[in-house]
Amino acid sequence: MKRSTIGFSEEQAQLLDIAASFCREKSPVEKVRKLLEDEQGYDPAVWKEMAELGWLGIAVPEEFGGIGLSLAEVVPVAEQMGRHLMAGPFVPTTLAAQAILAGGTEAQKKALLPEICAGAPASLALMEEHGDWDLTHVEAEARREGDVLKLSGKKTFVLDLPSADYLILSLNLGGKPVLAVLGKEEIGKLNARRETVIDETRRSYQIVLDGVSVPASALLDEGKAVQALRHIELVASLLLSAEMCGGAASAIDYTLEYLTTRKQFGKLIGSYQSLKHTVVDAHIAYEQARSHLYSAASNFNQQGEGEAATRMAKSVASEAFSFASDRAIQFHGGFGFTYECDAQLYRRRALWCEYQHGDAVYHRRLLADALLG
Amino acid sequence: MSTISQKELDEFRAEAAAWVKENAPANPGFMLPLTFMEVGTDEQFNFLREWQNKVYEAGYLGAAWPKEYGGHGLDQAFQDIASQELARAQTPIMLNAIGLNWAGPLILDIGTEEQKKRYIKGILSAEDIWCQGFSEPDHGSDLGNAQTKAVRDGDEYVLNGSKIWTTQGNYAKYMILLARTNPDAPNKYAGLSFFLSPMTVPGIETVPIRKLTGEYGFTQTFFTDARIPAESLMGKEGEGWLVAMRTLEYERGARRGQAGGHVMVASDPEAILDLARKATRGGKPAMEDPVVRDKLVQLMIEARSLQLCSSRSRIQPLTQDRPASLALSSKLMSTEFYRRLNEFALSLQGPKAAYYVGEEDAYDEGIWQRAYLNSFSATIGGGTSQIQHNIIGEHVLGLPKG
Ligand SMILES: Cc1cc2nc3c(=O)[nH]c(=O)nc-3n(C[C@H](O)[C@H](O)[C@H](O)COP(=O)(O)OP(=O)(O)OC[C@H]3O[C@@H](n4cnc5c(N)ncnc54)[C@H](O)[C@@H]3O)c2cc1C
Ligand SMILES: Cc1cc2nc3c(=O)[nH]c(=O)nc-3n(C[C@H](O)[C@H](O)[C@H](O)COP(=O)(O)OP(=O)(O)OC[C@H]3O[C@@H](n4cnc5c(N)ncnc54)[C@H](O)[C@@H]3O)c2cc1C
Repeated sequence: MKRSTIGFSEEQAQLLDIAASFCREKSPVEKVRKLLEDEQGYDPAVWKEMAELGWLGIAVPEEFGGIGLSLAEVVPVAEQMGRHLMAGPFVPTTLAAQAILAGGTEAQKKALLPEICAGAPASLALMEEHGDWDLTHVEAEARREGDVLKLSGKKTFVLDLPSADYLILSLNLGGKPVLAVLGKEEIGKLNARRETVIDETRRSYQIVLDGVSVPASALLDEGKAVQALRHIELVASLLLSAEMCGGAASAIDYTLEYLTTRKQFGKLIGSYQSLKHTVVDAHIAYEQARSHLYSAASNFNQQGEGEAATRMAKSVASEAFSFASDRAIQFHGGFGFTYECDAQLYRRRALWCEYQHGDAVYHRRLLADALLG
Repeated sequence: MSTISQKELDEFRAEAAAWVKENAPANPGFMLPLTFMEVGTDEQFNFLREWQNKVYEAGYLGAAWPKEYGGHGLDQAFQDIASQELARAQTPIMLNAIGLNWAGPLILDIGTEEQKKRYIKGILSAEDIWCQGFSEPDHGSDLGNAQTKAVRDGDEYVLNGSKIWTTQGNYAKYMILLARTNPDAPNKYAGLSFFLSPMTVPGIETVPIRKLTGEYGFTQTFFTDARIPAESLMGKEGEGWLVAMRTLEYERGARRGQAGGHVMVASDPEAILDLARKATRGGKPAMEDPVVRDKLVQLMIEARSLQLCSSRSRIQPLTQDRPASLALSSKLMSTEFYRRLNEFALSLQGPKAAYYVGEEDAYDEGIWQRAYLNSFSATIGGGTSQIQHNIIGEHVLGLPKG
């Protein structure tokens, strides 16, 4: 096997720096907790600032209103948002832009991407009740009737739907997966209900498509749909890995804070090795996950290598964040069992991230096929 | 240091690769040690000594050490390349590990001119083998409590006591030695001094100790009124603990300056895939078992983690949260990984996991069994994994001492 290395750009370093202070300032935990109660779930003023910083177009070419960097530069931003449990439609909006880039027609890219880069939130409806993480497994149907598509079926885990100006929808058209994009007006007509999800910082919706019709012009380039769906799966995995690495770092910091202040039996509990050594294990798992994350970031566009690196990152980050946040609860003792203790925020976030777009075992199974033959 | 062009480096790599190809020794017909801690027979010792000398003479060892003491005076980048090529071709290990990796860098960093002139060349050529006298029967992890005595008497120190687990003790000409010069010092550390001690004086005796594999590799070393010259002292009397800690930093990879080359051959994660293809479970190749496949992928991911963490450790913005973290974690990460990798290799073999080196029906001549048993050398030697946990917890994460 060739020796693996990580590349790191000047732009990544700058974005890491800026995102670290931005997220720390805009998303203190009191604010995170306040937003748990909020119907929209995020602060639109902060969203506006993120758009002004250009973050929604980091990986969008300049000709479509973006900054023209790559997903490698989105990673530090997503990581820092994860670190501060920052809410908002950054990831779905970035994914929707990637879907349009990978699967849209030139006209769609020209029409939609500049708006998204300027701050129009977007989302995706890809998951279904069957729960298959393979995004090309699509059962929600579209039937073509002249210039109109008649839709049926159901979509789950649609994020921040009420805020979305655009929605990317996967559909089964004549046995093949296709993508379509809906605008604000069509989104408004969808039969939607909010799902109750374990990560209370998220706003997730189900939509029923039965009886909905959209113009056939909503379709993205049919020939690119499968490729676009695969791309979305990998980008989502990459950004979730970034959020998880950030989250793991925070869960560990939060635990260390307690271990260096709480005393029992006359000693700081961090001096007990059953806690100390376990936190070290969590920290090492996090360090490894972060190395995989930035390897996936810098190799993302390499044929084959990018996919393997991303699946590795997702599986390692899932386990690292789960372990760190699981132990965070335990090591806070009785307080860890309370709603007030932040450990639950991290544990819930870790569960959400792991089970979106493939858990550790799912990604390892695909890696096994690629690496072991 | 003047900047080196990529072209120069590429040329050097090509030369090194060609030299390795030409000169890598053929299978000697006996089992070679996988680590410097497993040199158990004279034929292994002689073979490896000759090999190290050849690599040195060719310019691929000590490339970055100063010319005036026997090095080749090049930039570190050249040695890194040579080391990579030697490792890539899975050549035998460098024998004189303690000299090359710890004693040598230490002498170059803080030794006197006289010490550099006397010791460095012999370390590189493998003429002078070095050993390390830190651990004692009653004080291993608790190194600061070492009790071997060194009492000043005129121009000499008189040594009494015993060191143990002395790797290559029976072959060594010199020892880096931690001994107690002042039993009444205000604290246990202040009483310690560090010596570059000869091993060939009367009163020093080594007794080989058999390892769990049945082979040899280390000794117990006894000092009975052994007299060594006072100039063997490294640094000042009472400063031995600081020097020893510095030595451990070279040992744990937290400080650079090593002569180069590899002193351990890690099990190759690719080789375990071959094993999984030929070993059978329930009549089918182990490789077809989904649980085995999942575990293999986990191990491959982890093997890559080690490389990636080393790569990331050189990217400052990605280490600034806890700057010492990756360097201080690498020993724990890699040694525990290889232990588990070798252990897993046994689990692929079904009942044949119970075979051992020497059994003709064993998979791969039983190397996995031997490698597994030997893997503890690294999880125990150089500070146990538990001690590494303490170090990381206290020095990286800021947790209180127990
Ligand atoms: C659901 C629930 C119901 C409860 N009901 C009751 C009840 O009805 N009545 C009642 O009196 N109490 C009750 N408790 C309290 C419970 O007994 C305590 O939470 C528990 O004993 C731990 O004490 P602590 O919360 O102070 O944590 P701490 O003692 O502060 O422990 C914090 C962490 O440090 C670890 N730790 C502490 N000391 C050591 C050590 N020496 N070595 C290694 N690790 C150590 C702990 O394992 C824990 O992970 C309840 C707790 C829960 C979660
Ligand atoms: C193959 C090999 C080669 C070696 N070569 C050399 C050499 O060349 N020169 C040399 O000086 N030494 C050498 N050593 C010795 C090595 O450094 C010691 O074995 C090691 O430091 C552990 O010391 P010990 O054997 O006394 O074990 P102990 O310190 O007695 O440890 C016993 C167990 O207790 C655990 N333990 C001890 N203290 C703590 C603590 N505070 N917290 C948690 N757990 C703890 C340890 O992890 C271990 O599991 C070698 C060892 C091996 C195995």
